[in-house]
Amino acid sequence: MLTYGAYGGRFVPETVIPALDELERGWRAARADDTFSAELHALLSSFGGRPTPLTVATRFAPGKRLYLKREDLLHTGAHKLNNALGQALLARRLGKRRIVAETGAGQHGVAVATVCARFGLECVVYMGEEDVRRQSPNVQRMRLLGAEVRPVTFGTATLREATSEAIRDWIGEVETTHYLIGSCVGPHPYPEIVRELQAVIGFEAREQLLAAEGRLPEVAVACVGGGSNAIGLFAAFVDDADVRLVGVEAAGAASLGDGRAGVLHGARSSVLADEDGQVLDAESISAGLDYPGVGPEHAYLRDTGRAEYLAATDEEALAAFRRLAATEGILPALEPAHALARAAELDAELVLVCLSGRGDKDLGQVEGR
Amino acid sequence: MSGGARTTTSGSDGGAGRSPIPSPHPPRGMETVAAHRAQERADSAPEANGRKALAIYLMAGPDTPELAEAAVEGGADLVELGFPFSDPLADGPVIRRAAGRALAQGMRTGACLECLADVRERVAVPLVPMTYAALLEAYGYERFAADAGRAGATVLIVADLPADERPELRRVQLVAPTSTDERIALAAAHTDGWLYLVTVTGTTGARERLSPSLAGLARRTRELTDTPLYAGFGISTPEQAAAAAELTDGVVVGSRALEVAEDGADALRDYVRSLRASIDAAVGIIG
Repeated sequence: MLTYGAYGGRFVPETVIPALDELERGWRAARADDTFSAELHALLSSFGGRPTPLTVATRFAPGKRLYLKREDLLHTGAHKLNNALGQALLARRLGKRRIVAETGAGQHGVAVATVCARFGLECVVYMGEEDVRRQSPNVQRMRLLGAEVRPVTFGTATLREATSEAIRDWIGEVETTHYLIGSCVGPHPYPEIVRELQAVIGFEAREQLLAAEGRLPEVAVACVGGGSNAIGLFAAFVDDADVRLVGVEAAGAASLGDGRAGVLHGARSSVLADEDGQVLDAESISAGLDYPGVGPEHAYLRDTGRAEYLAATDEEALAAFRRLAATEGILPALEPAHALARAAELDAELVLVCLSGRGDKDLGQVEGR
Repeated sequence: MSGGARTTTSGSDGGAGRSPIPSPHPPRGMETVAAHRAQERADSAPEANGRKALAIYLMAGPDTPELAEAAVEGGADLVELGFPFSDPLADGPVIRRAAGRALAQGMRTGACLECLADVRERVAVPLVPMTYAALLEAYGYERFAADAGRAGATVLIVADLPADERPELRRVQLVAPTSTDERIALAAAHTDGWLYLVTVTGTTGARERLSPSLAGLARRTRELTDTPLYAGFGISTPEQAAAAAELTDGVVVGSRALEVAEDGADALRDYVRSLRASIDAAVGIIG
């Protein structure tokens, strides 16, 4: 029952299998329903601010035509809203009035809290205590939006444990609760749902780039933690064999670069794990990339060679963060700063980078270094 | 309820006898492991004589053989042996913490298999490793099943491997209050020996009262299969164990047993004895 070659599947307790079946049926019905896509499209535009612009970064990358897909300008400041809006509409169709989510950097948590406020849904967000500390502005935002933020204190107290706790909450409240997962990870059909809801990034950028340059990019680059902004960008180019797809992981959390096949959070994928399958600690300055797993479709794209995955260190990401601010007047989040760090040096002239979020949340982190 | 009809269909009572007053633990000789397994599958063991099965969950660790022996002395008919995983989604705080401690003590798959073999040397009851798919992915599914069997396992439980993932791996399947009849039938068709009824919609761990969902789940499952049904998750007190046993063929106690086991083998033996007495009294067996 694996979904992406040898990856994907549903490695979860039986308790939630009926909910996953219900979700899949609801998702297929919604996709076939014009009113669903019309409502989502209208919300992405009137509430989210889509389409987001494409900005050429000539001072950041002299000698190249490096374009930034400006998901930092989406409402709430990151691409996460695309997925949160779509899944909130889906939850409403399924009659679920309570939403549970995990968050690392807090960007997904803020997006979920935002849509829950917008639709009047109860919202609980699990967040590692370490991330609560290093992303405190986002915690304040979630609370102002009416969400209950539950710090997770055990283990590494980061996105990994927050995800486990969100899933445990969902197992206990599955009849009334929709688990609004934030990345293209988790049991089937979540990776597919998140990819399809984030594909708007890629398809918009593709049209905008064709309008601006009259051709497709030589390479499309995005950061990869769980990998949702990357899979959304790649979705529009995966059938264009001439477009290189490059994902950039945090060097201390390179689930694709350093991982092995394993099971984490409901799916078989590439996981940072030891030879016994025990999951290892990831370590990154970027809370959003600080995760030992990755979406199963990325593992599949890696194995088939369709996409390649590089890594950037904390220092390289910080340098790219500072340089984009100084050369372009844009503060990127630390997550896409990893993509920027590798994008600038790729052997290509026309480059498309997903700037998945803005960096206000990271100022404390950056000042401390 | 078709309990009487079902027990008479088990061709062999494996020497367990039909005395209304059974000895504190199943009277079995020290046959080979294979004989145990065959016997277990044939007669589904303790419930064949009206006695309800009591399964105790312990986490693999240095003290586990001694604890398992105490649990059996207290009246356990089966021992589940947790092979710890770093990210156990089905488990509440008690088992999660126990898994963390076990991993810190080096209880990786190889050490857990050795622990299983050590337990096998000390007790004659069925032993059932309970773990997560990640360990089997890393070790190899078939190799894991084979090595666990060689070390003395009767069967396996994999908490995050629903019936339609890796259907070829023989294991005890789990069903939950949320399971549809279709999924219960699927699990029953694939299960090995007995079916694990998850009493709660939730993770492992003690609850104040026995889940009201169990009765409905047991009734729906009974209508679909003659396989023995053991209830687990959320059962911690002798009263809850007795109430669950009245609805099923056996009960599994995990989190509370782990907590009691922290106070040593004597405490665990006494605790299991209290569960045993309560279960036996409820079903009319005088202990």
